[in-house]
Amino acid sequence: MSIEEIEQEIIEEFEFFGEDWEAKYEHLIDLGKALPLIKEEQKTEEAIIKGCQSRVWLNSELIDGKMMFTADSDAIITKGMVALMIRVLSNQKPEDIVKAELKFLDKIGLKEHLSPTRANGLVSMINRMKKEALSQVKI
Amino acid sequence: MSKVINTENIRKQFPILNQKINNYPLIYFDNGATTQKPLSVINSISDFYKNTNANIHRGVHTLSRKATEEFELARKTITNHFNIKNDQQLIFTAGTTDSINMVAQSLASNYLQAGDEIILSAYEHHSNILPWQLWAEQNNGKLKVIPLAENETLDYAAFEKLISEKTKLIAVAHVSNTLGVITDIEKIKAVAQKHKIPVLVDGAQSAPHMQIDLQKLNVDFFVCSAHKIYAPTGIGLLYLSEKWLNELSVSKVGGGTIKTVTFEKTEYAEGALRFEAGTPDIAGAIGFAEAIRFIDEIGMQNIFEHEHELVQYTQQQLSQIPEVIMYGKSEHKAGVISFNVKNAHPFDVGTLLDKYGIAVRTGHHCTQPLMQCLNIQGTIRISFAVYNTKSEIDFFIEKLKKSIKMLL
Ligand SMILES: Cc1ncc(COP(=O)(O)O)c(C=O)c1O
Repeated sequence: MSIEEIEQEIIEEFEFFGEDWEAKYEHLIDLGKALPLIKEEQKTEEAIIKGCQSRVWLNSELIDGKMMFTADSDAIITKGMVALMIRVLSNQKPEDIVKAELKFLDKIGLKEHLSPTRANGLVSMINRMKKEALSQVKI
Repeated sequence: MSKVINTENIRKQFPILNQKINNYPLIYFDNGATTQKPLSVINSISDFYKNTNANIHRGVHTLSRKATEEFELARKTITNHFNIKNDQQLIFTAGTTDSINMVAQSLASNYLQAGDEIILSAYEHHSNILPWQLWAEQNNGKLKVIPLAENETLDYAAFEKLISEKTKLIAVAHVSNTLGVITDIEKIKAVAQKHKIPVLVDGAQSAPHMQIDLQKLNVDFFVCSAHKIYAPTGIGLLYLSEKWLNELSVSKVGGGTIKTVTFEKTEYAEGALRFEAGTPDIAGAIGFAEAIRFIDEIGMQNIFEHEHELVQYTQQQLSQIPEVIMYGKSEHKAGVISFNVKNAHPFDVGTLLDKYGIAVRTGHHCTQPLMQCLNIQGTIRISFAVYNTKSEIDFFIEKLKKSIKMLL
């Protein structure tokens, strides 16, 4: 599936919750819990993206022309957001990742997590995903 | 609930509290960061700019005289509240951080020597660490730290052993901004006086919650921020003992601090003005004094008792939630509670509480060394003010339980 198709799928998934923010957050937390664990040795200093409060670790590699991301966070809500980003951007071509607008975050009502004051490291994580993709485009 | 405090009436004076966050009524439990401002304070600032604004201490015209009078009346009002002997001992600064930096720079210029030692406590705010650390780095100085004892109070027995002939200052928080624990200044002073070491008290978190009598407290330096005491941001105070009012060197110079200036030499003013370089925050000082009138009308002791009751009640409620770990569970606390939820990140708990309209603080609270002592990343902190109520706490406890269920 393309990035946009996955975004659409997530939008439909979240539409189900309507205005019920508690259900939405419960789902987000479940997504965080379901994210495959990364190995402790992958939580290196280079992989860490420092938010003010919660930390995110991100690793990537290029396999068969597609970026594969793995990530983790010490906060579960952040981890849920991380899971969404991985679902959308992992296993995609680097050039598509660089171009992705990620409008779905607004549509599912979680855009507030991307405000720079959120201190959760997500904005930096998206920037880092794009940067790592970009470095593969150039080669 | 304390019979003297009528929170319903008090809340009417804080229009900001009357709003919804994510469709829930706002519950503001982040008063340790800054308190909300009553209408009287807000109006005093706008009235000043509408009717009296002029620069002070320098004009013969009517407005300048009136502005100067109001500014100096503000100094007197605040002096009386803290029972300071002479209003010249009260210097207006930009706040706690500014005051501590001023003292550190002044002491560095003609009091502290290379190789000297300063004693701090394990629960200091970064603002009472960094100015001393900067001095220490530049002067081969040393910072010694009073460790924590049981229940995160200070280990006063260990404190005395830190003293050496090189100890030149003891700088401690009156109340820990993270734990709410009250420091026993009498114990600190007893040792300090024996060894003739000056004491600086960071009152940022005590001034909002306790009656402070600076003649009784009798320390060398006391500092606090007005914005944590229902007053505007950008202003605070530095209290100097009579000895230091005469002996402290100036760290900032400029207009306002002088008697006469030639290109060769300056004769400085006496008293507080010597330390207040440049145009001060005149409206801020007036707002500060208005906040003090607000407090004094209710009575600081009543505020203390009200908030103490809220702290006791909350601690009792929290201790019934098995997943909650509380820090600093002392009887002697002022206004602040810190806790964690087992296996949950404070950030997650704070995020969910915010969705319920409850403003708490999460993280290290500018006390990273304390976090290292406790071996944690951060805590969830709730801190009270006079307008908080038991029913807000009940709602908070209910939503905290719900959040824990969602997270675990
Ligand atoms: C104990 C303590 N010291 C210092 C400060 C710094 O105060 P300000 O930022 O107003 O200068 C604070 C405020 O958070 C505090 O709680």
